[in-house]
Amino acid sequence: MKAIYLDNAATTRIDPKVLAAMLPYLQEDFANASSIHDLGNKSAVAVMAARAKVATFLGCLPEEVIFTGGATESDNLAILGLIKAIVGAKSTLKPHVIVSAIEHEAVLEPAQVLKREGVIELTVLPVNNFGLVELAELKKAIKPNTVLVSIMLANNEIGTIEPITEIGNLLEQLNLTRTQKIYFHTDATQAPAYVDCNVKKLKVDLLSMSAHKIYGPKGVGALYIKKGTPLKPLVYGGGQERKIRSGTYNVAGIVGLATAIELISNKKSRVKEIGEIKNLRDYLIKALKKIPRAKLNGALKNRLANNVNFVFPGVEGESIVLMLSQKGIMASTGSACSSGSLDPSHVLLAIGLPAEIAHGSLRLTLGRYTTKKEVDAFIKALPPIIEKLRQMSPLK
Amino acid sequence: MYTEKVMDHFSHPRNQGIIPDADAIGQVGNPKCGDVMKIYLKLNKNKTGDDVIKDIKFETLGCGAAIATSSMLTEMAKGKTIKEALKIKKLDIADALGGLPEPKLHCSILAHDALAEAIKNYQTK
Repeated sequence: MKAIYLDNAATTRIDPKVLAAMLPYLQEDFANASSIHDLGNKSAVAVMAARAKVATFLGCLPEEVIFTGGATESDNLAILGLIKAIVGAKSTLKPHVIVSAIEHEAVLEPAQVLKREGVIELTVLPVNNFGLVELAELKKAIKPNTVLVSIMLANNEIGTIEPITEIGNLLEQLNLTRTQKIYFHTDATQAPAYVDCNVKKLKVDLLSMSAHKIYGPKGVGALYIKKGTPLKPLVYGGGQERKIRSGTYNVAGIVGLATAIELISNKKSRVKEIGEIKNLRDYLIKALKKIPRAKLNGALKNRLANNVNFVFPGVEGESIVLMLSQKGIMASTGSACSSGSLDPSHVLLAIGLPAEIAHGSLRLTLGRYTTKKEVDAFIKALPPIIEKLRQMSPLK
Repeated sequence: MYTEKVMDHFSHPRNQGIIPDADAIGQVGNPKCGDVMKIYLKLNKNKTGDDVIKDIKFETLGCGAAIATSSMLTEMAKGKTIKEALKIKKLDIADALGGLPEPKLHCSILAHDALAEAIKNYQTK
């Protein structure tokens, strides 16, 4: 039986076109992109072309794009690299950083580490019940020593799309009269296939993204760094990527990222794909709302076209996921990255769910290859599982 | 993530349900932490006058490990005297399941505590 894959926010299946574009760079054109010989040059040209494609998608200059080992590295480089550069430049004031409470761990953890080490002051900004950052709250949190605001473009668990442009406008206005500029970073990992990632429109200085969430390979990502943004490297070595990210070019991965981006850039097919996925999403939400006591998490507007997230009070999410898995349906309780943790999702707690309810979460994320037939099979499989687990519980 | 044995007990839980005329009930855990276990006991005296667990059932709200440890515990305790059942140590249940991921070991402890609670309730009745 072919698995029904409803976990596209965790990772996506590589597009055959992406794989085909990558293969030559693992085989005949395998050379190091930094080598001077002809074969090396071929790799260098491929990296250059890939950079141009990513830059076109982001609406920036090619030299503003740095290739990384994925979105986690991009987030770490953006936060740690910026703070390192600012602290190194002037050591008078302790820098202040603001992140939203629903950021991915790849943003929260480096920020928390800097705080624990005494390097920064940190504000973890609350969000409203839909998971939205409120501008008035953000404005109140800003201090004279604020140097960085990091708010994700779209949330990985509940799919809420944050008002990045509005935040960018606010920061731009404030920066006009500030001595200390506030830099603006967004983690766009979940967004590129569904939300406009033009950095000029978003008004961000730094943007992180990853290939494997958009039908590309794992282990490669990018960081947009607006010209003039101070950033120190985290990895030292051969000085690749304008000395900001040393390490031999992952040519095949970089080509894969660029090809994946090219495939989601085609306006016509993009609009069609987003529309179809959104229709399936709304169909699924409507069906799941019929399960007793089911509650949709997150917003209905401002929501990723592929994201569905419910809580089913009186059951534990992991048990739902395991039982679905036995029926060949791959789903998630929230973030795959935090499955090792026993605590309920920090995102669901941040939108105001009590812990006992947040434990019963189920995330379904659709994608390019999801069919209505698969969604229907899931809709049929879920209610008896919820029923069975509630039956087993001592709390009726 | 889980051993085959854990998945077997999760998918086919033994002794799941309630005993309407139970001699003792023990409930531990907290929905805030995600796990609640309830153990029902039916006891009989054997020839030497010891209390024997004649029947045992469980109800559990929780993750895969919580359900599997509850199920395994009932298998381990069934037919034992209370004295013998109390010798089941906190991590014996996890061991009997071929191990649990480290963050899930508390489920083994919880299952142990649920039985201990039920026995305590019986003895102080």
